[in-house]
Amino acid sequence: MDAITGSIPLLVFIVIGTIAVASSILVVAMRNPVHSALFLLLTFLCVAVLFVLQSAEFVAAVQVLVYAGGIMVLFLFVVMLINYRHLPEERVTSPVWLGGIGVGVAIFVLMLTMVRTGAYHDEMPGADRRLTTVTEHYLAPHPSDPNKLVRRSREVPNRNAEAVAMALYNEYLVPFEVASLFLLVAMVGAIVIGKRELSAEEEEATPQFIMERAEVEKEVKEAMSA
Amino acid sequence: MPSTAQYLMLSGTLFAVGLVGVIVRRNMITVLMCIELMLNAVNINLVAFSHRLGTLEGQVFTIFVICIAAGEAAVGLAIIIQLYRLRSTINVDEVRTLNG
Repeated sequence: MDAITGSIPLLVFIVIGTIAVASSILVVAMRNPVHSALFLLLTFLCVAVLFVLQSAEFVAAVQVLVYAGGIMVLFLFVVMLINYRHLPEERVTSPVWLGGIGVGVAIFVLMLTMVRTGAYHDEMPGADRRLTTVTEHYLAPHPSDPNKLVRRSREVPNRNAEAVAMALYNEYLVPFEVASLFLLVAMVGAIVIGKRELSAEEEEATPQFIMERAEVEKEVKEAMSA
Repeated sequence: MPSTAQYLMLSGTLFAVGLVGVIVRRNMITVLMCIELMLNAVNINLVAFSHRLGTLEGQVFTIFVICIAAGEAAVGLAIIIQLYRLRSTINVDEVRTLNG
């Protein structure tokens, strides 16, 4: 029984890893960008499962929320905005596709040789516990004097999100704030770049859709009164 | 439990696939998706080493990488939309004005 439960993480890793690699290859191979985006979504979800396997539950939640929820919606929005069916039919791959695959295989072999030499193959006992345990301080009544309180601390297991938050808000507070500033800059930049330039007349004039709606409303009103 | 080496192999595979996509594909949106794929492979690496060493630094850095990826996707997609308005193409090979 213990052997079966012990091998479940490895089994999950093999299945999920295979799905992740297959769907990532399909992201590259699909002709239609919508299909690519959906396979990318599958890859992101598989990677989130791998994060859970490594006791990084909070990162997995962020992965699902930000990648699968936010970035994928952004991609699908842009794919829908750009009417690629109107684009001229052309070859999907660039003329250097053979060289590209060669570079990819070279990088792949390079990375495999780095891990094949016997490094990182051992298992690390107790890593899960260290990643998910937080030390909690609390006040307890004094054993002899009822009017006094004493500080105690205890180890609380299964608190990955809390542990990450402790690291993020204590040691990495400045990078965290810089990241928030970065997101602000990215948001302003995206709005400024993506905004459509209006000509001077367009800025002044009432937009066309408001005029059309007023006309439709007038027609409806006339039809009702008639 | 799968060992760290297995995670590293998986992340190397994903990274290589993403790199091939960036070089080979001509559709700019797909190229951006492949960049996201490469960033995700790096995230697997960071979390694997975080798990191996039993420290939280890897997970914190993963959160930062996700944050950077979100900003990069937003700005990149805005550039793609503007490019489509100006040039009516999202083909990487046709956008070479800066190339001379």
